[in-house]
Amino acid sequence: MASPLSGYLLVAALIFAIGLAGALTRRNAILVLIGIELMLNAANLNLIAFWRYGPHPEALTGMMFAIFSIAVAAAEAAVGLGLVISIHRHTQTTDLEQMNRMKG
Amino acid sequence: MGVVFYLISALAVGGALAAVLLKKLVHCALALTLAFFGLALLFLQLDAQFAGFVQILVYVGAVAILVVFAILLTRGSEVPAEGVFSKTWLVGLVIAAGVFAVLAWAVLQAGPWLPTEAAAPAVTVNDIGHALMSRYVLPLQIIAVLLTAALLGAVIVAMHEKERTK
Repeated sequence: MASPLSGYLLVAALIFAIGLAGALTRRNAILVLIGIELMLNAANLNLIAFWRYGPHPEALTGMMFAIFSIAVAAAEAAVGLGLVISIHRHTQTTDLEQMNRMKG
Repeated sequence: MGVVFYLISALAVGGALAAVLLKKLVHCALALTLAFFGLALLFLQLDAQFAGFVQILVYVGAVAILVVFAILLTRGSEVPAEGVFSKTWLVGLVIAAGVFAVLAWAVLQAGPWLPTEAAAPAVTVNDIGHALMSRYVLPLQIIAVLLTAALLGAVIVAMHEKERTK
């Protein structure tokens, strides 16, 4: 591991894979949202790491990407959790395997 | 690549693993907070002070609380009898492991070409504010509109429809 950048990239890849595994294997809708948040955070870590070790950190491009991505993730979390609460009110469950109303 | 980096990475990865693996949802939310905090420390380690503190404010402060509220409102603290993992958990695990293998392979292959130690960029919050108000002012406005729309949308979606069933 010569470059410190590769360490950060590996950590980001690991957290992304953990988030993906959580989103794909858990039954609860809130846990799926937690997995998505973890994946978004791993992407942010990549952006910040490339900003730090890139050729022009003073241009602030990676930093701005990360900040806007954090804002979008916050909006996504609010809407996603609102949807989960709304579905729970209608079906009394957050189990994704019982949400099969749109199944043909 | 000091000891500090390994400690913080272990904190973040351990928090993420616990958030995905634990059975009770409230414990998952607390582990998720830990993972967010570890990621904020990684941002600080990367000399991105502004992003680190924004991460603490937005994720540890707001998103984690939102997740806890959603868990409590949906009575998700009870562990379901049929287990917490779906029937097709093996497929999901294989996909995630494949994605990690490809990403790690790409990073390790690119190792010799990645830049080595760079001097810490001298970027202050003042510079970030100037950039947000000059070059990035259009994205800032779009984000403002998006946040307003998301706020209204979340309220409308989660609002209780009282009289419609009559």
